[in-house]
Amino acid sequence: MSRPTDIVERKGLSPRQRAQRSRWIQYGILVALLIVAGVSADWGQIGSVFFKPEYIKSAFEDGLLQALVKTLEYTAGAFVIGLLGGTLLALMRLSIVGPYRWIATAYIEFFRGLPAIVVFIAFSLLPLAFEGMTIPFDPYGTVWLALGIVAAAYMAEVIRAGIQAVPKGQLEAARSLGMPAGLATRKIVLPQAFRIVLPPLTNDLILLVKDSSLVFIIGTTASAYELTGFGRDLANTYANLTPLVTAGFCYLIITLPLGILVRRLEAKAARAR
Amino acid sequence: MALVEIKNLHKSFGSNHVLRGIDFTVEQGEVVCVIGPSGSGKSTLLRCVNLLEIPQEGQVIVRGEDICDRDCHLDAARSQIGMVFQQFNLFPHLSVLANCTVAQTTVLKRGSAEAEKIARANLDRVGLNDKVKAFPMQLSGGQQQRVAIARALSMDPALMLFDEPTSALDPELVGDVLTVMRKLALDGMTMLVVTHEMAFAREVADRVVFMDGGVIVEQGPPAEVIGNPQQERTQNFLRRVLNPTHVEPT
Ligand SMILES: Nc1ncnc2c1ncn2[C@@H]1O[C@H](COP(=O)(O)OP(=O)(O)OP(=O)(O)O)[C@@H](O)[C@H]1O
Ligand SMILES: [Mg+2]
Repeated sequence: MSRPTDIVERKGLSPRQRAQRSRWIQYGILVALLIVAGVSADWGQIGSVFFKPEYIKSAFEDGLLQALVKTLEYTAGAFVIGLLGGTLLALMRLSIVGPYRWIATAYIEFFRGLPAIVVFIAFSLLPLAFEGMTIPFDPYGTVWLALGIVAAAYMAEVIRAGIQAVPKGQLEAARSLGMPAGLATRKIVLPQAFRIVLPPLTNDLILLVKDSSLVFIIGTTASAYELTGFGRDLANTYANLTPLVTAGFCYLIITLPLGILVRRLEAKAARAR
Repeated sequence: MALVEIKNLHKSFGSNHVLRGIDFTVEQGEVVCVIGPSGSGKSTLLRCVNLLEIPQEGQVIVRGEDICDRDCHLDAARSQIGMVFQQFNLFPHLSVLANCTVAQTTVLKRGSAEAEKIARANLDRVGLNDKVKAFPMQLSGGQQQRVAIARALSMDPALMLFDEPTSALDPELVGDVLTVMRKLALDGMTMLVVTHEMAFAREVADRVVFMDGGVIVEQGPPAEVIGNPQQERTQNFLRRVLNPTHVEPT
């Protein structure tokens, strides 16, 4: 068995020199890959398929912004439903009444275990299966419900963790002032719990922005298109990917700032601790 | 009639029999200090008085009403009993003023102007009328504990419970809180105080209760219990507390 120092002596390199050499090798590989990519790819072709300026322009003219607004509307409504449902489920999970706990656990495990797309397909088939059934606020009602019931399952677990992270003394102080359990939960525990879970809830919001793209499964009409449906439709029409890429950038415009916000909130929470 | 009457109180956590038959009373306007070694059940006793812990056996009678009784309106009873915790337990998301008004407006249904007036008067009483708008995080431990006292006083309690209110404080902040409590006692507030501050107990208490192993070993005026304890357990405890560097011969 050779000790580490033996190796150093044999190769004649100090640990620092070896780290430096490994760094140069990594840079070398990167540069080689870039050169290969630059030489072998047909950049003109790529540019005209993914980033064709006229198609970007016509995407705007054909209603990219309306689609963006739809994405925001679908996301916002679903977030509200998810938040309300998630809070209710979290409280049920922590209830002293057994059946409430079981129901909430079953719901959460069911919808977290299922691919969201299955839920969307189910919602798209509902009007067929139940003849004459309509969900109000078409198409918003269907979209909000489908997205919201899945989001509620995820948010419930986040909110439950937040409620449990509020120190027990807070509830005791509230109860000792004569507040009934419900009032103490509403006025004292939940506001603190939401503050704790603000970063993970914002993460859920980001997921929801992206999941709103599943709406195109339901088969909405063109006027109800959100970004993905819009981009896909236009990309089909032009047989060119530019509209889809443009729609993709719109998602990033929403999700990247939210991601930065999450990191800020996390840093702030870490500092407060 | 006694303000609080505790009869044959028993409390267990699983197989840990913490309170083993406690009987005692607190009269209107009386200041009772509870002393005893760690783990003797002092906090548990205090928490049973406003039912943060539910005793398995016995009665806690506050103003003639058995609050362990199923028919008792527990929240109403609790709102008459102020509690001050070792860890302050202020509501961190509310301002100092809101800490003192939130239960007034929601539990006692006072109007917000009236609640605010009462809260300000009590913050004045604990010497913090300049911190009304601050948040708990911005205050020192001693200030937080005084806000906690003002918060409890704002409910016009008939009885104040203190569970080691100065144990979490830096030594130089203990005095401010004890001064506030001394003033409260002089104002005639009925107080049940768990404390390790023997000087405070000796000076302020009308009666000192010494607990050990879940029972009351000895009680009486401070001059007797602290000054001239009759029971051996009390003597041992006081020797340790009053002379902490002393090493017991084994
Ligand atoms: N919620 C609880 N669950 C289980 N055991 C508990 C609980 N609260 C207290 N105990 C136990 O009850 C016993 C008495 O605790 P208690 O807090 O009343 O003592 P204390 O006299 O206040 O001590 P200290 O001076 O350290 O505060 C201890 O053995 C403790 O472990
Ligand atoms: Mg204690």
